[in-house]
Amino acid sequence: MGENNAAIQIDDLVVGFGRHVVIDRLSLTVRRGETMGLVGASGGGKSVLMRAMIGLLPKRGGEIRIDPQIERRAVNRLGVLFQQGALFSSLNARQNVQFPLRENINISDELLDEIANAKLEMVGLTPADGEKFPSELSGGMTKRVALARALALDPAILFLDEPTSGLDPIAAGEFDALITVLQKTLGLTVFMVTHDLSSLASICNRVAALADGKIVALGSLDEVRASDHPWVRSYFHGVRAKMIHSPGQ
Amino acid sequence: MHIKTGNGFEKTPLEIDQSRQVWILLHAHMRNETHASDLLPTLTTQARDPLSLRAGGAWTVEHAELMEHLCQDVTPNVRGAVGAELDLAAVTALDTSGAWLLEKLSRAPIHGDGIKVRYPSDTLVGLLTQAHKLNRCASSPEPRKAWPLAQLDRATDYMAGVSHDAVAFLHLLGAVCTSLGRIILHPSRLRLTSTVYQLFRVGWQAIPIMVLITFLIGAIIAQQGIFHFRRFGAESYVVDMVGILVMREIGVLIVAIMVAGRSGSAYTAEIGAMKMREEIDALITMERDPIEVLIVPRVLALVLALPILAFLGSLAALYGGGLIAWLYGGMSPAIFIARLHEAVSVTHFEVGLIKAPFMALVIGIVAAMEGLRVKGSAESLGRQTTASVVKSIFLVIVIDGVFAVFFASIGM
Ligand SMILES: Nc1ncnc2c1ncn2[C@@H]1O[C@H](COP(=O)(O)OP(=O)(O)OP(=O)(O)O)[C@@H](O)[C@H]1O
Ligand SMILES: [Mg+2]
Repeated sequence: MGENNAAIQIDDLVVGFGRHVVIDRLSLTVRRGETMGLVGASGGGKSVLMRAMIGLLPKRGGEIRIDPQIERRAVNRLGVLFQQGALFSSLNARQNVQFPLRENINISDELLDEIANAKLEMVGLTPADGEKFPSELSGGMTKRVALARALALDPAILFLDEPTSGLDPIAAGEFDALITVLQKTLGLTVFMVTHDLSSLASICNRVAALADGKIVALGSLDEVRASDHPWVRSYFHGVRAKMIHSPGQ
Repeated sequence: MHIKTGNGFEKTPLEIDQSRQVWILLHAHMRNETHASDLLPTLTTQARDPLSLRAGGAWTVEHAELMEHLCQDVTPNVRGAVGAELDLAAVTALDTSGAWLLEKLSRAPIHGDGIKVRYPSDTLVGLLTQAHKLNRCASSPEPRKAWPLAQLDRATDYMAGVSHDAVAFLHLLGAVCTSLGRIILHPSRLRLTSTVYQLFRVGWQAIPIMVLITFLIGAIIAQQGIFHFRRFGAESYVVDMVGILVMREIGVLIVAIMVAGRSGSAYTAEIGAMKMREEIDALITMERDPIEVLIVPRVLALVLALPILAFLGSLAALYGGGLIAWLYGGMSPAIFIARLHEAVSVTHFEVGLIKAPFMALVIGIVAAMEGLRVKGSAESLGRQTTASVVKSIFLVIVIDGVFAVFFASIGM
């Protein structure tokens, strides 16, 4: 146990609500600099696992260790994109992106604006969109602003909960490209919950499948696809997955 | 001349504000201790004509403050230069903030054909090419109005807001009345469960606090009365004062204000949160009238609860007054009750209680009106809740005054 290039090391994690045990003795290692995709059934506990990893949910048992080198960093340890965006409703989109910057570093307002605009542009929004308040954003725009905010400090570990759901395929492709560039340059570690098969294929180095509160398959997409766990099989070899691989049949 | 510091920081002191520089260095040094592996960002001027700049170290966001100052310090030199070169080969780490600052530097307007950038290793180029595309279309901020004009604007907005409030209030009052009329014609349309539940919340659950507060107020009035009337030997008139004041005014007023603060604010917050989360839109798409489903049960519950609470409150206040008259004024309960019989009539009691349903109606309608005005943000929820409480307390007092004039003129 315990690879020495682990960004996050989870051992025998148990998380539950009342009598409902959602994560049941789960062990997983996220390596430094990799993009790990997590798949699992709806309501299977992916968001719960992610929240427990960040420390937002108490754990009943087990251990979660973050790489001490990352833990030691002063400002930019984690960036999180929540499934529902979780934007600050009283701040406009630009202020939302500026918030982590403003809280952590001391730079001029002009530079803050420029960096926030740059981040918004990187996720495909215009400076004019920056003026909008969260209640005035479309679902996909909310996702993008939330991503821009998660990326504001170029964090060492990025947690993304279904980043491409609600984005059109072109935007989802741009998102994949953005993550690739950032990861190459910054050496980001990305932990991503996603159902987007093309994201899984194009940017995830490894894929983990969560079922019954445990990781039932782990490895490259092809390795996971070859797993004989019944849920994983129906996930990758179900009708919808087939439709993508052999359209028109 | 070069300044060399302990952590490999190197800088040519070209027109540098020395004290600021030292401070930045110290600051950066302190931070540097937490992650010694990162080199500090540097930006040195290698040559003046043509200008040659050399960036090195880690251009990452934790050094943003230092990076910004480094760029600011060389910008005046760049502005005047004829041809310039920016060498990024020594940059060891880069993130988007750093990439943007370097990109911004390379965009400085100079004579000749722009700043030539020598890119660093392959891994960092991706981010720099990204930054190269960013912030191309400048956004022009909205022009600000002059201060007096802005103040004038605010004043007119405020006045418009008052008349807007009145219209919205009447609109909702009309809608609630229509809905009530429809319910009277078809009683099955009444949401009985919801109404009873609201009655439980705003009536039953409010009883302890209402009784406690009115009890204390009654006691305080009696104590003050006894203390001051004693000088004239008129202590026994305290009973008249407490009786009339509590029955006619204080009982119902205190209870109405408490209800506005306790239940009106809750109504606004609930309806506002439903508005925010599109629950009200969902109701409308299911062809349910939000007024009938959400607002009528709440308003009805208030209209039923407030007279009851006011009645209980008045009793508690009299009880408090009587207790103080006995313990502090030495007036036995039997005498207190006998004097109370002489002093107050049922009229006083009626005058007090008649006001209660009207106050309840106003509190309920204002709460619903403000709730429906909530926009998407948490801040607006807070603002509307405050507005709801302030406006309903104000209106409760206005109604009380109007009734006082009315009753005086009809001799009640
Ligand atoms: N705060 C909570 N209290 C009680 N139960 C919860 C809570 N949060 C999540 N759960 C339960 O935990 C289980 C896992 O939920 P989770 O949100 O992790 O699902 P998910 O895998 O992210 O699904 P999806 O793909 O739909 O987002 C669900 O059964 C859910 O009802
Ligand atoms: Mg989820």
